[in-house]
Amino acid sequence: MSRKSRARWARNIRPLFTVYLPVLPYVLFALFPLYFMLVTSLKSSAELYDVNAVPFWIARGLTADHYRLLSTDTPFWNWFANSLIVSLASTVISVALGVLAAYPLARLRFAGADSFGVAIFVTYLVPPSLLFLPLSTVVNWLGLSDTLWALIVIYPTFLVPFCTWLLIGYFRTVPKEIEECAMLDGCSRLQSMLFILLPAALPGVICAALFAFTLSWNEFLYSLVFVSPAELKTMTVGVFSELIRGDIYYWGSLMAGACIGSLPIVIAYVFFLDYYVSGLTAGAIK
Amino acid sequence: MVAYLNVEQRIAGEARVARRRPRFLGRDSHVAYAFIAPAFFLLVVLVAYPFVLSVWFSLSDARVGNTGSFVGLSNFSRLLSSSIFLQTLQNTIVFTAAALAVKTVFGMGLALLLFRVVHFKRLIRGAVLLPFIVPTALSALVWWWMFEPLYSVVNWTLKSLHIIDHDIPWLSDPYLAMFTVILVNVWRGLPFFAITLLAGLVAIPRELYEAAQSDGAGPIARFWYITLPLLMPVLAVVILFSTIFTLSDFNIVYVLTRGGPMNMTHLFATYSFALGLQGGQIGQGAAVSLFLFPILLAVVFVQLRIVRKAALYE
Repeated sequence: MSRKSRARWARNIRPLFTVYLPVLPYVLFALFPLYFMLVTSLKSSAELYDVNAVPFWIARGLTADHYRLLSTDTPFWNWFANSLIVSLASTVISVALGVLAAYPLARLRFAGADSFGVAIFVTYLVPPSLLFLPLSTVVNWLGLSDTLWALIVIYPTFLVPFCTWLLIGYFRTVPKEIEECAMLDGCSRLQSMLFILLPAALPGVICAALFAFTLSWNEFLYSLVFVSPAELKTMTVGVFSELIRGDIYYWGSLMAGACIGSLPIVIAYVFFLDYYVSGLTAGAIK
Repeated sequence: MVAYLNVEQRIAGEARVARRRPRFLGRDSHVAYAFIAPAFFLLVVLVAYPFVLSVWFSLSDARVGNTGSFVGLSNFSRLLSSSIFLQTLQNTIVFTAAALAVKTVFGMGLALLLFRVVHFKRLIRGAVLLPFIVPTALSALVWWWMFEPLYSVVNWTLKSLHIIDHDIPWLSDPYLAMFTVILVNVWRGLPFFAITLLAGLVAIPRELYEAAQSDGAGPIARFWYITLPLLMPVLAVVILFSTIFTLSDFNIVYVLTRGGPMNMTHLFATYSFALGLQGGQIGQGAAVSLFLFPILLAVVFVQLRIVRKAALYE
């Protein structure tokens, strides 16, 4: 082997040992629980509860029994619809309010801009576990407890700061000049924001909407606290609290519920991976 | 999830632009207030007011269906002499410190590896980020199943490999339960560290490494003297964010252990839930959750300082 080809060989093979092999355990660690969720949901109960069967794959045939049990014995599709309604509604509200609030913070000068910016940042960091107790009182006063409205009204409290924060950054990247041209031609602020800025900052708006949807779909604590009738529960709470009866665990159906409950988010994730990555890292690096 | 922030840059950048063009100043502040009003109203009614209410609850003997009367700091003093609360405090510190340390070290390692991945880049990054996107309450269920006493896949594997000869009680032994909830928190939080640090790595100019290499710096020296200092602002922001999210974690512990066995995995959030909602002692519950607040303030303060310092070096 000539020295040149040996060098090329080393260049091609070395990364296999220094990069790909070390990354492999991380990837397996990340994916195994999700794979196991799927496998469990499709495995027959007989095999599931056989301590001698290999748990890693399905040896005795696939079954849809666990999914069928979900559909017939639980208000599973209600939970799905509830999650969908709540997530869509709170996403629309939050993105609309976020766009409105982000615009002046990114573009206009007014007294109190700094304080409002910091206030948005602080509320963005407030965790739900700090506020769920007083909020349950507020929800009661508003007469919203045990309705989906409670969630539609409360979710924007953490989504609006998030969307505003994300959108300020995106709005800044659009040159001010194109808006000024439109305004010289007689556009109002609102028109220029709607028809000039928003189309130019569309990736930011999509990103905010995706994250708002994901965060509300995944929300657990508020949903657990504010809504108790079984048929009004959202996905995350329903699967957790209705499929465990006393000491009996329906593991197959629990995993089936977890699979379907994760599905919408995973689908959105597969299609919009780049938006998720940029939303996650937006602002960390200028 | 996160879109943090350069508070100062985002806000100050605007003033600079506006000063240059006073032409549009006139009616702007009316427009600004009109645009901000809905969000402002929402946050006052559903964040600021509940927060004040929470402070009031913590100073009162409020119970379910009863606004209670002022009792001063007795909720706090009762908590500080309660062994369950002290245990919760200790759990929270152990949980947060351990999870953060592991996520920082492995997150950095994973980011460095991902940076060098060339083939199947999107696929690998997508797979690594997945645990962060999936609903935590649902993914915690599969971890629960994986550590189930009788059919645990972890125990099955360890027994098949003849590493152990009896089942390990992952969730019923107090210390192992803490280990397990930390493990699940790491599983969920690691992608956030890795992907954000990776974005930070990509932003470091290549020329610095080339210059250092031609001066004879090895890989460790390059990491220590170039990567780490330049990554510091990003690393600090990621750690601060994760501090809040780890500290206030509810889902993982609630699903896996509900704070047990023997309160050995209770965190502020789950204990406040158990006291305030399940026990009906709203005053006590609010007092527990308010322990999160000083830490939140400290994080915001440090974060603003870091951003200011980083802005100085630009």
